[in-house]
Amino acid sequence: MITKAAGTPAICSSGNRNRSIKSDMDIVIIGLLLGGTYALMAMGLQLQYGVARIMNLANGEVLIAGAFGAFWFFLGTKASPLWSLLFVVPCAFGLNWAIYRVLIVPLVRRSKSQGKLEVDSILATFGLSFFFIGIMVAAFGAQYTDYSYLSEPVFIFGQRYGLNRVVSFGASVILCAALYLWLHKTRAGLALRAVSVNPSAAGLVSINVINASALAFALGGAVTAAGGVLLSMYLTFDASYGVVFTLKALIIVILGGVGDIRGTIVAAFVLGLAETAVATLIDPGLTLAAAYVLFMLVLLVRPQGLFGRRVA
Amino acid sequence: MSIAEAAPVVRGGPAISAREWRMLLVSVLILLAAACVPLVVGGYALQVSISIVMYAAFATSWLLFSGPTNYIALCTAAFFGIGMYVTAAGVDLVPYPVLILASGVAGAILAAIVGLATLRVSGIYFVIFSLGLAELVRQCMTWGQHVFGTMSGLYVTVDRSEPMYYWQLLALTAVIFLVGWWIGRSRLGFALRIIGNDEVVAVHCGINTARAKVVLFIISSTFASIIGALVAPRWGYVEPVVAFNPFLSFQVVIMALLGGTHRLWGPLLGVIPFTLLWELISIEFPDQTTLLLGLCFLLIVYAIPNGFTGLIEDVWQRRKGGVAPGARNA
Amino acid sequence: MKRREFLKYTAATAIAAPFVRAAQADTGVYKVGVVGAKTGPLAPGAAITHFPPYQLWAHEVNARGGLKLKDGQRKVQIIEYDDHTAPPEAIKAVERAATVDKCDWIGGVYATGFNLATAPTFAKHGYPQLTQACVTDQGPSIVKRYPGFFMFQSSTTAYAKGAIDVLKKLKDSGQIGNKVAAVNVGDDFGIELANAGRPLFKKAGFEIVYDKSYPLGTQDYTPVIKAASAANPDAFVAWSYPPDTFGLQAAAKVEALKVKAYYCAVGCGFQAFGGVPGSENILGAGGVVDTPEIRDFYKRHKEVTKVDADYWGSPFYYSMLQVLAQSIEAVGTTDRQAIAAYFRNRKFKTLVGEVEMPGQILDKVYTVGQWQGGFFNAVNGEGFAGSNYTQVKLKTSWS
Repeated sequence: MITKAAGTPAICSSGNRNRSIKSDMDIVIIGLLLGGTYALMAMGLQLQYGVARIMNLANGEVLIAGAFGAFWFFLGTKASPLWSLLFVVPCAFGLNWAIYRVLIVPLVRRSKSQGKLEVDSILATFGLSFFFIGIMVAAFGAQYTDYSYLSEPVFIFGQRYGLNRVVSFGASVILCAALYLWLHKTRAGLALRAVSVNPSAAGLVSINVINASALAFALGGAVTAAGGVLLSMYLTFDASYGVVFTLKALIIVILGGVGDIRGTIVAAFVLGLAETAVATLIDPGLTLAAAYVLFMLVLLVRPQGLFGRRVA
Repeated sequence: MSIAEAAPVVRGGPAISAREWRMLLVSVLILLAAACVPLVVGGYALQVSISIVMYAAFATSWLLFSGPTNYIALCTAAFFGIGMYVTAAGVDLVPYPVLILASGVAGAILAAIVGLATLRVSGIYFVIFSLGLAELVRQCMTWGQHVFGTMSGLYVTVDRSEPMYYWQLLALTAVIFLVGWWIGRSRLGFALRIIGNDEVVAVHCGINTARAKVVLFIISSTFASIIGALVAPRWGYVEPVVAFNPFLSFQVVIMALLGGTHRLWGPLLGVIPFTLLWELISIEFPDQTTLLLGLCFLLIVYAIPNGFTGLIEDVWQRRKGGVAPGARNA
Repeated sequence: MKRREFLKYTAATAIAAPFVRAAQADTGVYKVGVVGAKTGPLAPGAAITHFPPYQLWAHEVNARGGLKLKDGQRKVQIIEYDDHTAPPEAIKAVERAATVDKCDWIGGVYATGFNLATAPTFAKHGYPQLTQACVTDQGPSIVKRYPGFFMFQSSTTAYAKGAIDVLKKLKDSGQIGNKVAAVNVGDDFGIELANAGRPLFKKAGFEIVYDKSYPLGTQDYTPVIKAASAANPDAFVAWSYPPDTFGLQAAAKVEALKVKAYYCAVGCGFQAFGGVPGSENILGAGGVVDTPEIRDFYKRHKEVTKVDADYWGSPFYYSMLQVLAQSIEAVGTTDRQAIAAYFRNRKFKTLVGEVEMPGQILDKVYTVGQWQGGFFNAVNGEGFAGSNYTQVKLKTSWS
């Protein structure tokens, strides 16, 4: 039951007995909201890395570009930045498709092994991320950007939460569901999953691997940029902040298992909940450390990730 | 000298061949020539030279582990930062040379823990983890500082002249080369080459792959920590953002890959042109540094796929009329 | 072999170029080297506070014909260097500015640590180091070590003390209670401020009911704010950095944090922060006294540099350059030691009033500002005798 704040102040008359249950609920809800944010960051990279097998270090910059797109639109029109999705998403799709065709395909063709491709794509996309940062600094400057859209409270079970985070959580749920259904219920989705499992075998059953990978890469870019639009409503960013998102996204994707979108979703929420629990119950100073410790533990126990397949 | 050719005999310590003596002589001459640099140049040129030896030490120590195993380690900054912090924390308590050793030990301990935990898993997971390691260490450091109430920025006041930094780093680079050469000749080096070529084969040969990798990782990381201890006084003030800057890790990898990773001297060929190119861009286009640097990366990846050593060997092979270009890259 | 030729040529150019494009002895201009971060984590701050004041200053000096020296007028030429947020790069850039580009003056670099790292280089080449972006409690000992080091700034403790004094006044006049929640970013300046603040809070009779750090780069500040809120504080103090200054404010707004005083440190003085809904009556580091000259400065700053100046460093940065210009013109030559000797012991009229640097550290700063109607008014300061600070207002609403 979500009610929008309509001037009624929160009545917090809870006794001490309810306090712990209430704060537990708080952790869950804040954690889920944060998980939604993380899912938005990581979903695009999962498609790019899991299906197209390109560890795209320029992923965070695409996210920032989406955020700048929304900010620029908001400044110009004063309309809801969500409308900017209408042009940000197609642009990002086209741009990433072009990146794959022009920059990545030659690397795929020339590499003799997956390891070599990994090294090459890390280098190329790292260069690309610099290139993007340079363009964004030239276009928008290097300063911090923040425009706090929909930064008003929403009441869930009597507690206050940011409306922008709730909206972005909703969008992320819709996006996750749509991607999951598309991958599992359509023919194109099936082709993508086949490529993700085994590119050479997929080629044998008349799937155009290059085209399927380009599609996955472009779609990943579009999803990432859409995430950037949503995140820009409540995160402060600057042109060179992308690497923070890239790193987080990589951790989530590896944590969940490369090649399975369910893993990414679960990992995003696990991470969101874990960070919030640590921040609330132990010490906010240890949240990021907790994320890495969790990551390390999963690597030790289940190196292929929560939902990943063990690769021979 | 090439690692591959330097160890013709597998078991035990092979005798040093005449060819190796020649290489050693040439290396010593180059080292002596390099040591004379601060006597000839000063000012800006010396600063650039210090950068070059520092990155040469970084890239070569990185190669000790990542070259033979093909694991891309992105954690140079973590160990570098550890070295800096150990130095900064102890500078008023113990003599500086002790701190250099202590930094190495601290780096080795961390590397042993991390190595034992993550090197059992396959390559790509290690890459990501290593990338996060600098962040993890930094978070723990700053949290510890908050809890124990020490100063965040630590002042390191040890008087050293600029040529001294240069010589220290140069000496360390020489040591790294020696260690690399020694590993190449040892059984460990042989085992690592097999792992690098095919880990499954290595396991079937009865090689304890995990142990070999951990040992190498420790050696490589110890050197990165020692570099931190050596340059800490030059920075004067150690703070988390700059000590654990993840960009350093990438820079080192890029330089090493530009040079080529299948020769011990490969990174040198990457470090020198990269540092100069970086200078050129920073000076001529201070506002477009990132953009142009990005373009240069792309150019390197597409135009020089096997690094400068690959390029040189291609040319060499063709001159000799031998193997087709690129055929030798494992 | 075309590619090889190309590579050979590029390599040769790359190796030679940094050294050959040396300075031609250019007597017509006064060259000022400005080293700072254009890339890396410190770039966003430098883009607001560090580079633009130099650009504005050079623009204005040149508009009036240049610096008046004994042998004629010289236009100011700014040479910018990017230190990539890495101390060795900053050292190298200063070295280059001194020995290759032969700058007449090199400005203090951006951020405390970088100024300390480059201090030996400045000293070695006989360049005075006039810094603004350098806040530390170690000022006197640094000055002792490097006689050419000047801080156009105050100490970390001054800022912590300024903020706590404001709260103490509110407490003593019965406007707020004695419970304070303090959080800080787990980084450099945040930790330093927190450590300086803890004993001061105790001395001022405050009870710290919540005291935690959070990591730089946290993506959700809701848990921090909720936990602080649960401790029922009367005042909330965040020793924060720019990204988290914004993030904490957004979370506090949503939570409608029930405190009567809300303080956040670095970044509060950015105009972007003042534009965020709910920033009214928030206290922060910096602040300026509202005068027509100051208003005009912000207008010119925006026109010339296309960047909104901040309400902490920018006016002081500009004032520092006014001091420099006055000293250069009074000396009438490019003799750096004479220029430094001139501003070492004199009073100067500047944008922020009459200033001097006794002990090579600035005698007055505004330590606390408060957002009031779109302007970040100074509510406390140090060294401004009888200054007309604005009355502090209580934080009553978040809308």
